[in-house]
Order: sequence, then structure tokens, then C-alpha cells
Amino acid sequence: MRYDVAIIGGGPAGMAAALSAREKGATVAIFERDVRLGGILNQCIHNGFGLHYFKEELTGPEYAKRFRDKVEATEGIDIFLEAMVLDINPQEKTITFVNPEKGFTTLSVGAIVLAMGCRERTAGAINMTGSRPAGIYTAGMAQRLSNINGYMVGKKIVILGSGDIGLIMARRMTFEGAEVKMVLELMPYSAGLKRNIVQCLDDYGIPLKFSYTVTRVIGKNRVEGLYIAPVDENRRPILEKEEFVECDTLLLSVGLIPENDLVNDKGIQFSPITSGAIVDEHRQTCVEGVFACGNVLHVHDLVDNVSEEGTIAGASAADYAMGKLSMGNKIPVLAKDGVRYALPHYIYEGEDKVRVYFRVGQVYKNATLIATSGGEKVFSKKYMILAPGEMGFVLLDKSKLKESVTLSLEV
Amino acid sequence: MNTICIMCPMGCPLTITETESGIKVEGNTCKRGEIYGKQEYTCPQRVVTSLVATDDGRVVSVKTSGLVDKDKIFDILKVLKGITVKTPVATGDCIIANVCDSGADIVATSSL
Repeated sequence: MRYDVAIIGGGPAGMAAALSAREKGATVAIFERDVRLGGILNQCIHNGFGLHYFKEELTGPEYAKRFRDKVEATEGIDIFLEAMVLDINPQEKTITFVNPEKGFTTLSVGAIVLAMGCRERTAGAINMTGSRPAGIYTAGMAQRLSNINGYMVGKKIVILGSGDIGLIMARRMTFEGAEVKMVLELMPYSAGLKRNIVQCLDDYGIPLKFSYTVTRVIGKNRVEGLYIAPVDENRRPILEKEEFVECDTLLLSVGLIPENDLVNDKGIQFSPITSGAIVDEHRQTCVEGVFACGNVLHVHDLVDNVSEEGTIAGASAADYAMGKLSMGNKIPVLAKDGVRYALPHYIYEGEDKVRVYFRVGQVYKNATLIATSGGEKVFSKKYMILAPGEMGFVLLDKSKLKESVTLSLEV
Repeated sequence: MNTICIMCPMGCPLTITETESGIKVEGNTCKRGEIYGKQEYTCPQRVVTSLVATDDGRVVSVKTSGLVDKDKIFDILKVLKGITVKTPVATGDCIIANVCDSGADIVATSSL
């Protein structure tokens, strides 16, 4: 069996890509390493998903089910579960995977969609000092142990990092009867949503300390406590103000990194800012026929945007496999002056409109986002607030673009 | 009462007081903040999501079918801790009707 489109990863990005690729007429294979489709959504039992995409508020498992039911009911999409993709050859379009049913198998396909998601930064990744006892988890790992496996990870908990997973876990652990002593954030602001700060911390009286970090982990077999300290403007701990906090568990919510291990050193170009591939408006990487979407491309804050990106990548992959993908002259999309990155990195000349997503580097109030091309303003919009935690987008009219387009902020 | 508006990333700090002419919200920049502030002052409500044990030793995720009064959250969680549901269980199954007299049901959000 030769598939037109192979999708690596069966989370929200992969499922959306599978459906759109199939809709275009392609035969599709999804490779998922877990026992069911859904990815990280299966463990995100809180609500708040789908407000944009489904116009209603769903929990993670419910959002996943909407897509999973469709994928499973669609003829022409083969699902390989417990399937670990071991190697891909982007140029030759081959995939080597292993699963209990097929064993070690290499397949030749028409196009490849990368939808592997992201991975959490660990204690090692942030050079945490002190000992390495049991009781240190990444927030997502603790979430899985709690919500899928039904294990309680600890009783007295400190959370480092105020990203959304950390905030959500503060409430989750409180609900399970743990004492969440505090959430520490290195930066002077939170990368998490306001809604989560209020409804996961403030509602339960959990303090959030800004410009604070963990300086040492104490404990031999199990975490016994932590030393914490405020940081100066260069984010260096002020050790004179170090204090001890007794706890048995440390959860880390200190950032996510696209999981691109499978395609490192395979000729695909990556962005040093997003740690994901550099892509054109079809979400095609610099290797033709290889596409990327979801958190493996850039880390998203809303799954709704992931589904949308998956839809674009899947449809484009199907077009490519069937020799119908339109390309042409590329217009680079650049970002400067407060705009941390814009995606896609290239758009094609044309007459239609295209959505370009962007993220800012810090919190800006009353700022104007501007797109310029050929020395002229082609888009401008005033925002009361722009925050790094919330991705935005602009709709650009391609007919107005010349050579390149640059997104910037006027403060 | 002091709280932060959650309607958008601005996060306006709200001060809500009761005056002779009604409930007054200060610190908001838009109408949505005023509505939110009044709701939070008079009757804050939340959707509760948690886990329930199953008869085969696993856990299944659940939610309240709608908003419930915030001060009922821990009563509801206590009820959830005390029950075991029979498998198989499917998304949307009603586990407890009108939990703690909140007007909302506890429904499963995943299948086991």
C-alpha cells in the first residue's frame, strides 16, 4: 500500500491534517505513538477549548473526540496506533516505523506532514541546581500521571513557571487535595492567560511571585524543600534574599520546544526563534513535499489555531502528492521592532488574501501593528494590548505586496 | 472586592463596591469589564472539571454540565471523591444529576 500523505502524530494538528488531506482525495496514513488519537488534549481535562473553532467551550478530551470520531469514520484514512516513527527520509519520502501490528516497516509515500507536537523543558534544560530526588516533574508529566493514570504526584507542591499548564495544574492539584504553596515566575509578567491566573490561582488563594526562581532543590530520596530567591533585572538570583520553602514536589512549567528530533539534520531549515521549520504559506518546509503544522512548527496557545494550521498543511500535502500544489514567486515575511516572529515565513505572489500569524516579544499597551511592503504601509491595526502569550494574525492582501513584507510594532 | 478582569489580556484591576445606587465597578476600560465585575461580585460561577474513579481502578474525566456557584466547588469535589462509576463509560454520560443542588449535572468528558 502506498499512501499519498503520511502524517506523523495523531494530535489535533495531525487529525485536522488527515481530514483535509482526505477531503482533497488523497489516501492518508496517520502514525500515532499513543494508544489512541488525540495527543495532549486527552490529558487536558479542563475546559476552554474550541471557543473559536466550534463556538462552544469544550474540555480537551471532548475537543479531541470531535476530530477523532470524524477521522475514524472516514474511509481512506488508515490509523496506525502505538506506532513509533523511527526515521524519515524527507527527500525520498520514506517513513520507517514500528508498531505491534506491522512490526518494523518502511513505507514510501507521496508527501509527509510533520505533526509531532512539542516537548516540555526539564530541570536539566534550565540548569536547575541542587540534588535530584524524586518529586520533580514537568507540569505536563504530572498532568498525565494525574488525569490519565490516576496517580497523585505530591501533597505539598511548588510550581516554577506561570505558563498555562503550570496554572492549570495548580488548580488540578488543589482539587485533588494537595496544598499548592506558590507559583514562581522568573519574568515580571506571566506567559499564561489572565483567565487562568484568576480562575486557577486567585480563586484558591495561591500566591504568584513574579521575578522569582528556585535556586536549589533539597532532598535525598524525595524532595524535602526548595530554596527560592527573587531575581534582579538581569534575571540573576539575589542570593542574600534566598529563603527555604518546605515541599515534597516541584512542578516545572518553564517552556515548550517543538519536538523535531526526527527531522534534525535532514535538510530542513529551522527558525532559531520558533525552533520549528521555516515554512511557506502552504506550511511546506524547504524540502518540497514535507509540511509541518501545530506545536512542532511553533508553540501555540490555542488548539483552535492548531486545527486551522493542520487543515492548511493537510490540504497542501494532498495537493502536492497529486501534483496540484501551486507555488510561484516567494515573498519573504519578516518581523522586527517588537514582533518576535511572523509565520508563514514565505507567501506566494497572487491576488488573494493570506493570514499571517505573529507573536510579540513582551507586553505592549496601545501599540499599532504595521505591515510594510515596498516602502508602503499595507496593513495597520491598533491594539489596546498585545501579550507574548497570545498569538495574533493579520490578513494581508497579496496584490499589494512587493518583494517582501515586514511586520513591526509602533509603540 | 478587588479582582482582575479576565475578558481580555488587558487584565484590568477591578474594584467592586456596593453603593446606594447599585453595584459599582471601577478600574475597567470597557463595558465587558463592568458586566464581568458585577457577575463576580453578585454570584461568581465556574465550570468544574475533575476526575472520578472507575470500578476497574482507572479514572475518567468529568465536568459540570454548566456553570455552578463558586462556593459549591469543594462540596462537588467531595461528592466526586466518594463515588465509583461502572465501566464502560462514554463521553456525555450523566454520572450525577443535579450535583449538590447546583442545577448542573456531572457528565463524563471521555470514554473508558
